[in-house]
Amino acid sequence: MTLLTVQNLTVKRGECPVVDHASFTISAGECVGLIGPNGAGKTSLLRGVLGLLPHEGHSSLAAMAPRQRAAQAAWLPQKREIAWPMTVERVVALGRLPYLARGARLTPADQSAVDAALTRMGLAGYRDRLATALSGGEQARVLIARTLAQDTPLLLADEPIAGLDPAAQIATLQVFESLAQEGRAVLTSLHDLSLAARYCTRLVMMSAGRIVADGPPEDILTAQRLEEVFHLRAEIIPTAHGPLVQPHGVTL
Amino acid sequence: MKLFGALMGLTGVMFLASLFVGYAAIPIPEGLAALFGQGNPLFVTVMQEIRLPRTLLAAMIGLSLGLAGAAMQGFLRNPLAEPGLIGVSGSAALGAVVALQTGLAAAFMLALPITALVAAALGVGLILLLAGPRGSSLTLILAGIAVSAFAAALTSLALNLSPNPYAASEIMFWMMGSVANRAMDHVWLALPIMALGWLILAGLGRGLDALTLGEDAAEALGISITRLRLQLLVGTAAAVGAATAVAGAVGFVGLVVPHILRRFAQGRPSTLLWASALGGAAMVMAADLATRLILPDRDLKLGVVMALIGAPLFLHLIYKTRREVA
Repeated sequence: MTLLTVQNLTVKRGECPVVDHASFTISAGECVGLIGPNGAGKTSLLRGVLGLLPHEGHSSLAAMAPRQRAAQAAWLPQKREIAWPMTVERVVALGRLPYLARGARLTPADQSAVDAALTRMGLAGYRDRLATALSGGEQARVLIARTLAQDTPLLLADEPIAGLDPAAQIATLQVFESLAQEGRAVLTSLHDLSLAARYCTRLVMMSAGRIVADGPPEDILTAQRLEEVFHLRAEIIPTAHGPLVQPHGVTL
Repeated sequence: MKLFGALMGLTGVMFLASLFVGYAAIPIPEGLAALFGQGNPLFVTVMQEIRLPRTLLAAMIGLSLGLAGAAMQGFLRNPLAEPGLIGVSGSAALGAVVALQTGLAAAFMLALPITALVAAALGVGLILLLAGPRGSSLTLILAGIAVSAFAAALTSLALNLSPNPYAASEIMFWMMGSVANRAMDHVWLALPIMALGWLILAGLGRGLDALTLGEDAAEALGISITRLRLQLLVGTAAAVGAATAVAGAVGFVGLVVPHILRRFAQGRPSTLLWASALGGAAMVMAADLATRLILPDRDLKLGVVMALIGAPLFLHLIYKTRREVA
């Protein structure tokens, strides 16, 4: 089942296209890693797909009414904000907002979605702690749990594992992997190519606003592409856990 | 719910105290009867035409300022924001000063508040024009500062060119803010406009909750930031514009009350909205009561007492936050 269709999506900053005629579809069961160097247009693509940026072309998400879109896709922005000293549970419960009538309290179904999200991110013991008093990495996990509580078929995340410790990085990507296995889909930008190769079912590579490659990780990560797109000299070592990308120099 | 009960209780107590404490000592049973037009005609006049409008106005103004302050802080995600930030109170004050200066205020009783309301509306219109429909929070703040500064400059100019010292001192006293010597006509003029503002601001809770996660995340949760900002501006203009028009500038309420109550609202902007509204009403009634009790023979101004209470309270809060952060 197709969960997201994007056709010829162009996002411009002034006159300059930062996303240039991007087209792709995402089906249920996929965990898609969006990779590319800084400034390749990953964030603009994600925000354009959601309709948060003015754009040309078509995105099935951007075409939806805001409330309907919120029930279809959850969005984890790169900038992690928790403005007020709220408990972890309350922050995660904000993910239920699209389903609540004005001024209504959480229903038992909402509460169980919140509990499931907390458990999934290993935050059950943090429930009553103030989110603003946690470390940066812990806050990042709280915000990921918030998107999980939204319980949507599709999850879009912008560098969700940046700043997490290695165990939390792997745990987060394992959650994304299991979401895909449940029949949902994930589109996430990532910088760690080895982790991307291990946990994503498919990689989309961007360079200067264009999608330059799209396919299974083993086909996408080639030494030649890493050199052309990432300006990296790297060795790609096949291992039992998928390809390991070992960069050993830059070609700038 | 405990918070709601406590604040309702506090507001109720302040309301009763404001009605029954004053220059003329009226026993409570007779005062109650007088409130409904029964008994001693002198008491009836005092209760119905002096104490009731004064108490109602203090409550309404506090509610407006508390609610607008909580909304403004929630929208800008900044505990230093206050309703005066968008220049509504400055423009309303300018309108009032113009009315006093030109002698229009003497034409009929409501001439001053009406001029102030028109000026407040003009000020907000100007800000909407400057900040644009899709502008960021920063442009909104900058536009507010520009409009406030311009209104303040024109107000000073009016004082500067004042024809006689009486006009100048009248303006000065008006600007200190007060709910003394107001009639029910003031209540009827301000109430519909304020109520409209309260309704609009009360509808912001859900959007402000979502904004805790930032503008991008809120938008993805189905909240229209553009609409939220328009509601905030119009609601604040109506509530605070009307408050300033009938009572002059009363500062610190919109800044301090949400700050004090945030902890009790567990940080939730939607809870803080109504908590701040009730807390604001209680605080302004308490301050007005203080003006009557401290120096009953001198006309102590509400705005002055509010700042005298508010500033040390704010300092205390800063001191506490500093210790928490360190």
